[in-house]
Amino acid sequence: MAFESLTDKLQNVFKSLRSKGRLTEEDVKSALKEVKMALLEADVNFKVVKQFVKAVEERAIGQDVLTGLNPGQMVVKIVNEEMISLMGSETTEITFAPGKAITVIMMCGLQGAGKTTTTAKIAGKLKLKGKKPLLVACDIYRPAAIKQLQINGEKQEVDVFAMGDNNKVSDIAKASIAHAEKNGHNVVILDTAGRLHVDEDMMAELQEIKQVLTVHQTLLVVDAMTGQDAVNVAKEFDEKVSIDGVVLTKMDGDTRGGAALSIKAVTGKPILYVGMGEKLSDLEQFYPDRMANRILGMGDILTLIEKVQVDIDEEKEREMASRMKKGKFDFNDYLESMKQMKKMGGLSSIMGMLPGMGKMKDIESMVDEKQLARMEAIVLSMTPAERENPKLLNPSRKHRIAKGAGVDIAVVNRFIKQFEQSQKMMKQMPGMFGGKKGRGGFPMGGFGGRKFF
Amino acid sequence: MSEEKLGFFARLKKGLTKTRNNIVSGLDALFSGFSKIDDDFYEELEEILIMGDLGVRATENIIDEMKERVKKDHIKEPAQLKEVLIESIKEQMQVTEAEYAFEKEQSVVFVIGVNGVGKTTTVGKLAGKLKNENRKVLMAAADTFRAAAGEQLTEWAHRAGCDLIQGAEGADPASVIFDAVSAAKARNVDVLLCDTAGRLHNKKNLMEELRKMNRIIDREFPNAHRENLVVLDATTGQNALQQAREFGEVADLTGIILTKMDGTAKGGIAVAIQSELKIPVKYIGVGETIDDLQKFDSNAFVNALFDVKQSEEMDDGTENVNIGEI
Repeated sequence: MAFESLTDKLQNVFKSLRSKGRLTEEDVKSALKEVKMALLEADVNFKVVKQFVKAVEERAIGQDVLTGLNPGQMVVKIVNEEMISLMGSETTEITFAPGKAITVIMMCGLQGAGKTTTTAKIAGKLKLKGKKPLLVACDIYRPAAIKQLQINGEKQEVDVFAMGDNNKVSDIAKASIAHAEKNGHNVVILDTAGRLHVDEDMMAELQEIKQVLTVHQTLLVVDAMTGQDAVNVAKEFDEKVSIDGVVLTKMDGDTRGGAALSIKAVTGKPILYVGMGEKLSDLEQFYPDRMANRILGMGDILTLIEKVQVDIDEEKEREMASRMKKGKFDFNDYLESMKQMKKMGGLSSIMGMLPGMGKMKDIESMVDEKQLARMEAIVLSMTPAERENPKLLNPSRKHRIAKGAGVDIAVVNRFIKQFEQSQKMMKQMPGMFGGKKGRGGFPMGGFGGRKFF
Repeated sequence: MSEEKLGFFARLKKGLTKTRNNIVSGLDALFSGFSKIDDDFYEELEEILIMGDLGVRATENIIDEMKERVKKDHIKEPAQLKEVLIESIKEQMQVTEAEYAFEKEQSVVFVIGVNGVGKTTTVGKLAGKLKNENRKVLMAAADTFRAAAGEQLTEWAHRAGCDLIQGAEGADPASVIFDAVSAAKARNVDVLLCDTAGRLHNKKNLMEELRKMNRIIDREFPNAHRENLVVLDATTGQNALQQAREFGEVADLTGIILTKMDGTAKGGIAVAIQSELKIPVKYIGVGETIDDLQKFDSNAFVNALFDVKQSEEMDDGTENVNIGEI
């Protein structure tokens, strides 16, 4: 529900705006107000939102609105680009110590973020890469934390090093390195206890680990559902123990995950992985673009925006719209719009990308792509003259077409009838096409509507 | 592109520094820093509320309400409005002694929530608290999923000095609940505390599993006072509202336990939940020892909500925003 809201809101904001050309200050401001709300609802930190929106505003005012987009979509496109560039344009990997040296990874974070589970998940990933990881139980406080790591280690078939809960954590960590050297492990992952970023003693414990041995990667594990406080948490951890990367957990929930943006903004450190479930294999690479979409709550409309940009031949588009307006739409135009649509991945894929439609599970059944292919075959079986002038189609010609397309004559008759009806409809509603240029970029426009499928 | 990024962070840094200069100490600064109630004033109030995780909607509602009060009661001084604001939130969040009736009756406490909010720890603390009040407590370890969850609760049972009913890892949690309810009746226990596995509220089958456990308690122990508590992490943002809503679909929630209130998070989403779903916060978790569970105090909560000292600290460190690495 919250997912569609930004799109819907923006559509309302821009309903009245038909202007093309450059984005005016007014366009941008009214759109950004909704974007700001969406970001706050997604839990992006207030201050980060404020600065971010300001940056976007400066960039957006005066920009040209691309063909096929309305001003609202254009603003969203800029917002999205800014957000992706902010979150890092590419996926990052854990860096390993050079040569045969043991890579030491230290996990840290608040209580309940999912450190122990993530530790085991990362171990599984590294194992697949041919590494030999050793998990180290450094949480000596939470009851049964050691046991939890041991069970998870067993499930992942990786070794776990533990010294009970009566030793100093830095001693355990040091001893684990010796153990790893002896047993041929090349990655050591320290699973530390959850701690509050304001707990001086506990933060000092992590600093001590980093003093007694070389930690190559310090990873902060953060719950994706974290609210405004994410900036405080990330900043404190980064300042006190200097983090190298972030793992975002519980992303299989329905949170929009604005914390990702906040954390990135205050620490500048890359997000390496996202936790996507309770199974130990549920750890995925982080994709900044997907995250940006999720935070914005725009579904895949952005993908659609991109496709519109790339795929639509503007000239042809304009020509077709004007022909439609005059009611001169013929079978050639039909073929052309089919071609455009196919370029964009077919009708069902386009419909799936439209906000609100994504949730309709029966898109597949609504849109019968096979049916569309059949229609195309019918048109292709016509002569160029017939395509231009459907009036030529007498019974004998229809029979020939039916044979050529491999369909029953009744199908041909129905198709032609529907085509004529939509032609009439278009003539009656010229406003549907010409006037609203911003939206007119959609090849199927109002063509015949759902009658065809 | 990199220039733009740098620009953004430089601006962010500047913005934060500026905010540091503006905010002295929370609500007092807000109300004494403004001589009149104007748009800037409301904007600052909005910032404080949103930074406290109240969410956009609850914040807007509060500000609208304040604006109305200003008009109706002819409030001119920010200080006057301060009283109105504090009172209004306090009043809304107030819990009466009656809300804790289950502590004194024969009851089943069903503790539910998403992963990592602190359910097991909370159950342990609650057991310790009730034990201190001379109640006969039994715990049910119905988290048969997470590795070593049973062991974790065993340790808490040991600390609290109460009995525990447990199932094997991977066992049907509903069967553990069934056994625990039978045991509670047989042993004439005062309070049965049921710890459940953390689950995200959008996982249909896991929520169904919870519904089944709830049904079993209802069916097997109809005379017991039912207390269904959802545990929420104070650090959580707007998603907590969705959590409360979805868990409320499975079992009629009678209260919220807000954990990790000893950090810098304000738990303001509880205000939004209270106004939308009418579920009161009953306890807060403030640490890891057995005594660190407190009854909810709306006074302390509202004061903490407006105490923005932490964001000052945050501002101090913005020098460290590492622009080069982005």
